[in-house]
Amino acid sequence: MIARHPLLRRLLEALLTLLGVAVLVFVMLRAIPGDQVTATLGTEAAALTPAQRAALEAYYGLDQPLPVQFLSWLGAVVTGNLGASQRTGQSVLEMTAAALPVTLELAVLSLVIGLVLGVAAAMLSASRPNSARDAAGQAVGLAGLSVPAFLLGSALLALSARFAGYNPNAERFASLTTDPGLHLQQLLMPAVVLGFGLAAPIMRTARSALLEVRSQDYVRTARGKGVGPRRLALRHVLPGALVPIVTMTGLQFGYLLGGAVVVEQIFSVPGIGRQVLLGIQQKEYAVVQSTVLVIALTFVLVNLATDLLYRVIDPRVRAS
Amino acid sequence: MARRISRRLGAAVAASAVLLTACSGGGGSAGGDAAGGGGLVIGATSAPDTLLPWKATQFQAVNVLEQLYGTLTELDADLEVVPGLAESWEVSEDGTTITMALRQGVTFSDGSAFDADDVTASLDRIRDEATGAVAAASLASVTAVEAPDPATVVLTLSGPDAGLLAALASVNLAMLPSDATEQALADTPNGTGPFTFAQRIPNQSITLEANPEYWGGAPALPTLEFRVIPDETSIVSALQSGNVGFAVFDDPLVAQSAEASGTTVTETPQLSYHVLQLNARQAPLDDLDVRLAIQCAIDRQQVLDTAALGEGEVTGPITSPAYRSDPAARPCPQRDVEAARRHLAAAGHAGGLTLSTIVSQGEYATSVNEATNIQAQLAEAGITLNIEVLESGAYVDRWVAADFQTAVALNGGRPDPDGMYGRYFTSTGNLNDVAGYTSPELDALFAQGKATSDPAARKEIYQQVSRHLEDNAAWVWLFTSFTYTATAPEVTGFTPMANGSLKYLRETSVGGS
Repeated sequence: MIARHPLLRRLLEALLTLLGVAVLVFVMLRAIPGDQVTATLGTEAAALTPAQRAALEAYYGLDQPLPVQFLSWLGAVVTGNLGASQRTGQSVLEMTAAALPVTLELAVLSLVIGLVLGVAAAMLSASRPNSARDAAGQAVGLAGLSVPAFLLGSALLALSARFAGYNPNAERFASLTTDPGLHLQQLLMPAVVLGFGLAAPIMRTARSALLEVRSQDYVRTARGKGVGPRRLALRHVLPGALVPIVTMTGLQFGYLLGGAVVVEQIFSVPGIGRQVLLGIQQKEYAVVQSTVLVIALTFVLVNLATDLLYRVIDPRVRAS
Repeated sequence: MARRISRRLGAAVAASAVLLTACSGGGGSAGGDAAGGGGLVIGATSAPDTLLPWKATQFQAVNVLEQLYGTLTELDADLEVVPGLAESWEVSEDGTTITMALRQGVTFSDGSAFDADDVTASLDRIRDEATGAVAAASLASVTAVEAPDPATVVLTLSGPDAGLLAALASVNLAMLPSDATEQALADTPNGTGPFTFAQRIPNQSITLEANPEYWGGAPALPTLEFRVIPDETSIVSALQSGNVGFAVFDDPLVAQSAEASGTTVTETPQLSYHVLQLNARQAPLDDLDVRLAIQCAIDRQQVLDTAALGEGEVTGPITSPAYRSDPAARPCPQRDVEAARRHLAAAGHAGGLTLSTIVSQGEYATSVNEATNIQAQLAEAGITLNIEVLESGAYVDRWVAADFQTAVALNGGRPDPDGMYGRYFTSTGNLNDVAGYTSPELDALFAQGKATSDPAARKEIYQQVSRHLEDNAAWVWLFTSFTYTATAPEVTGFTPMANGSLKYLRETSVGGS
């Protein structure tokens, strides 16, 4: 019965995952020393009288026992109330509604850049394995893996600002609707940095998948039938290698959400990564908890979509 | 095939290069508009964490709020007290009554008039513990605030408090409209300052407009935008590309890179000081000889040179220009390892001594390097220092609980020495637990300082305070560092202040406007 509803089972799994994330974030946040009072006042917190301290704890909702804090937060989340930031007065729902699309847009842009760069480099490498061309492709891949995003990002920003006077990220952040031109420029550099990091694992996965497919019988048959090299590569070899590439890409989406924290910080992009980082710095528990939950939900959904995509690209999965 | 693909890649690279070039035209004009339209864009790493002046401790918040709100007194560029919303004041013979004449014709940004009711309401609410005002302790000596008429306010004090007038200049004691609620002001600030609130995009930017009704005359800048660029090196890039015209840095390395790219950078000594705090309430630091051994074993200049590239000045306890301590006025003006060993032996630790210290990582750039240099210097005198590097939240927890033997700290300074150290080193001070030291002599000196209003006599008293702290090696004061104000070439008229205030933005202009 259950087996007949794989989607239902996936949903149940997803819910359990989210609950696990909720507990983990809640506990870990409180394991970090300091609370919102000391995060706001710093060492000045030492000057508080007990009465002042109590007043502030009540203001931040820290006077409740932990299980009560957890359940009242979870209860509110279930009813769609993600809490609010005392810092800005905005609700987390409002903040997330503004920040999540920016990060998703950034992620999709970097995904496109990463796929194009990664697959192109892989095809180049795999077309003649162990040649100089292969070595160059692999070296670029290795560089992509080992150059940290903060270094590449800062360097890119410094060079373009210094020598071209070009620095769209120092402008106030433009929304897609008010100024799409500036908006895309502001996302371009961060997307390139993230995409470059993403291209490396995609390239390595794609290269080995392509090499494996190339040696299979149907490719030899196609070549024997006189299919040209370009058509062979794009129509016969690449589709056969898509499954591992898609799997890798889906997995790397999590990396994109994580990497966004660093890149959004360097390029002043008001996305979900900065929302979490600011929340942690200010010990705004509700903001961090709810935002991390939203990120986990996004991740779960993307993995679900990846699974569904297998059915589209691989006839064998469809048949079973 | 491969050649074709690589040709295509080449085409794609060329296309994006064209796109970039095309875009750079657009970016350039936007930058020009940010710096050349008369308004000024300030780059800040963080947005204000609150817009309530009484609750603001974060310096980014203070820097915004001091443009929006007025205070009874103000400090000038030398940190001397000058009139603010109080045009003049008179202190009674015995020092327990201060009568203030308020400036007339001042309005809040919503147009309502400022009068004595606003002063009494503000001061009473700050003094109320339930308000949670961070500077409530500054008003501890105030027992009553009365308004005999709309232009006059009388403060009654429990005893003379010569530091009060300087304290009143803090934006934490700003004057708020008597009828405004906290919630309303958190959304829409309503003050008497040189600028008024125009627009806020949470965590991204705050824009202010010149207040044409400002009592000191409307500022030259039509608009002032605090734009959040979280990364300091990204702010340097924004200065280079002309998108930002003004920024303040703490890190000498960042300041150097800004200067290298043609930005004007001004150094200002800070009131805040780097110090090795000693907890003299616990053995072995309750022994004066042990504390003196530490003082003698440390070359402050060496700490400054190795940890902060020599960017700063060796200091004694008091850092405000008018009361500055002589850094050489202490038992060991220079490093003296022999003297350190003698003191150690006198304390019965001739064979050596092990101490621990806490250090905050991430709060400021030089902390860990200071600790390791101090560790190396103490080792030469026979003192082993174990360093505990803590994440800043953990450090603050330990510091606040006075749970340390020694602490490498960067503490904020204040213009008035009573405001600066009274809370640390008097036995009733609210930070005395953390200071770990007090004495009857100090209590008497601080009381005397509060009761003395003659500047020369006060200076003399605080020199004695300073001398007492150094002679007893209450802490080991190390150095003060600089803040670096970076301005675009067309920005003129700004005067940086030692307390980090951006008050003089009201006299700043862009491009000769």
